[in-house]
Amino acid sequence: MTVLAFLIPIALLMGLAGLAAFFWAMRGGQFEDLDGAANRILIEEEDEA
Amino acid sequence: MNAPEPILANPAGACVDSRFTVPGIRCAGCIGKIERGLHDLPGVAAARVNFSAKRVAVSHSPDLASDQIIAALEKLGFEAERAEENPLARDDAETKRLVRALAVAGFGMMNIMLLSVSVWAGAQGISRDMFHWLSALIAVPVIAYSGRPFFASAAMALRYRRTNMDVPISIGVLLATGLSLYETATSGPHAYFDGAVMLLFFLLAGRVLDAVMRDRARSGISALLGRIGRGAAVVGADGSTTWLAADALEPGMVMLVAAGEALAADGEITEGRTTIDASMLTGESDPRAVSCGDEIHAGMINLGNPVRVRVTAAAGDTVLADIARLMDEAGQSRSRYVRIADRAARFYAPAVHSLAALSFAGWMIAGAGVHQALLIAVAVLIITCPCALGLAVPAAQVVAASALMKRGLLIKDGSALERLAEANHAVFDKTGTLTLGEPRPVLTDELDESGKAIALALAQGSRHPLSRGLARAIAQLGTQPATLDDLREIPGEGMRAHHAGVDVALLRPQTQAAGLAVDLVIGGKRHPIAFADPLRPDVAQTLAMLDRQGICSEILSGDRSAAVAPVARDLGLQGRGDLRPEDKLAYLDRLAASGERVLMVGDGLNDGPALAGAHVSIAPGGASDVSQQAADAVFVGENLQPVALAIGVARRTMRVVRENFVLAIGYNVLAVPLAIFGYVTPLIAAVAMSASSLIVVGNSLRLAGAARKEARQ
Repeated sequence: MTVLAFLIPIALLMGLAGLAAFFWAMRGGQFEDLDGAANRILIEEEDEA
Repeated sequence: MNAPEPILANPAGACVDSRFTVPGIRCAGCIGKIERGLHDLPGVAAARVNFSAKRVAVSHSPDLASDQIIAALEKLGFEAERAEENPLARDDAETKRLVRALAVAGFGMMNIMLLSVSVWAGAQGISRDMFHWLSALIAVPVIAYSGRPFFASAAMALRYRRTNMDVPISIGVLLATGLSLYETATSGPHAYFDGAVMLLFFLLAGRVLDAVMRDRARSGISALLGRIGRGAAVVGADGSTTWLAADALEPGMVMLVAAGEALAADGEITEGRTTIDASMLTGESDPRAVSCGDEIHAGMINLGNPVRVRVTAAAGDTVLADIARLMDEAGQSRSRYVRIADRAARFYAPAVHSLAALSFAGWMIAGAGVHQALLIAVAVLIITCPCALGLAVPAAQVVAASALMKRGLLIKDGSALERLAEANHAVFDKTGTLTLGEPRPVLTDELDESGKAIALALAQGSRHPLSRGLARAIAQLGTQPATLDDLREIPGEGMRAHHAGVDVALLRPQTQAAGLAVDLVIGGKRHPIAFADPLRPDVAQTLAMLDRQGICSEILSGDRSAAVAPVARDLGLQGRGDLRPEDKLAYLDRLAASGERVLMVGDGLNDGPALAGAHVSIAPGGASDVSQQAADAVFVGENLQPVALAIGVARRTMRVVRENFVLAIGYNVLAVPLAIFGYVTPLIAAVAMSASSLIVVGNSLRLAGAARKEARQ
């Protein structure tokens, strides 16, 4: 049963990490413009560099 | 991924953000063009296009005026409007809060389920207690966070001594949580943490779907009153002109209105003669000739020569502002509409509460302890909690709305679909609704290929409505524009240029003939090109479809009766003309009083009050911004068919929603007796709840092909 002392916190931490990542992405505006993101891949990069 | 990385032009960091609505963003090329083009404008630190919302956010130094940015966008080939200070921010924040609550509930549900499965698998004694305590540790904060939207709404309803769907939900969740805590503390066998959190998750999923649908449609609709004159050049006593904003204009001032400009105030012409486009206000298609002494109104566009206009009414007193007020009042009646889920809740909530109370009382009388009876009452509440009701309606409506969106119809919210399904009488505006609303040239064989090429090249150089219509029509024939030298636009006259050494021009006709026309001049020879506003290509089929759906149609127009009659005769409809906005609204009210559920389809500003006052309304994509705001749905493209499709799909949606209710009630009929007799464990509750939700969602997904099926009929 001692294995539970590791497994449960690990499961919880991983879940929390996923939740935190989702909140971070939302705050960063990753879901603001879903159609735009699909289109941006088609923009020709100008070779400035 | 992005267009070139923005370089901060103003390293001090004192940048201001402005937002612009740019309806013309259609492809990846547009994104790149706008972001690169604005980036080259001095003073712009960063420009970011939001493709879904058709917006551009520009971060720029304070000394760069927004008019300059709009001008730059126009130079890039995009019409732009300054967006209001993010009018949708409130809705966006609401959706975001719901999504966050959903994410938290999902996290909680998964982790609690993980622990619950061990309990169901037969964990005993101390390990079961530990799992319960861990579940409680996760569940209590999750419920406190994710349950807020429901608790807040339930508290609001109770404060006004009403009940809504959120009241039974809140009571169920809170009771279940409280009892589970007690069970945990006393090492009891059953804790309902999983049930409570799962309930919140499913219900939040329904709320998020509802909010997403609303946001998506609203972002497609731009700012209010965008195209109306925002100011005017005012002639002072000494003859000098100063630019004043529309709300600074006062009666008695004299405005100088240039060709192509929209009027910012009502007034009387004191000098000059011109033609004006009044379609915004009256729906009349043909430009009207006006001269000294004629009264013209804000929102009309001066097509001909510059004129001087003495202001008679400005700002809040204009005819335009009256229409806005009329719309506001008309819109009030619609907010009284009660959505189907809320109507169901009126019966559902009392039924559920009395059932739970009865089973509590029953078990008490039968001699069970308070604890046992309460446990059973909570099981009844959890089992009957309206997962299906909360999920069934939005799921069906979202699927239907996206099916319609693929066919070119944008529905603003779920209530619009519900009202659309009830419509049994359709009222159409003429100009811009049954017709395309823009002049198209009647091209004859008299004009040869080289003539067309020259006309196309000339027309492309101008933004005049006739030029744009001509350019579009010729370009559709596959003609390539001729190369011209020295192309110039002469205000009030037309376009002039040279082609292969010959003078060519696109001029207004020398004689004021009936109807719209231009003259194409090639080397001194005039070819007249007449214009007409044709009917949408599929008007007849659409009206036939509506007829099969049992909807009778008629025409209400602001145009002259003489212009309405032939169209009405051709389509076999009743038509009325010469109607003012308030007449239309009064007519709709009469229809509503006689029990008709009216669908209004119209585009002009003059249709605004009728659109807001009708039971349900649809506007074409070319409509004025105000009409798009007032309407429940917007259709794009040249076809009228989306209107008939919308009604068919809305009716199918309501059929599916009713099926969902039947499924939900059928599930309750099976599960509630089990709960009342005390056979429901947390495991059975969890399985029953997910199964009923999945069935309801699955049934709703059948609507995905609904628009296609309707179109085939």
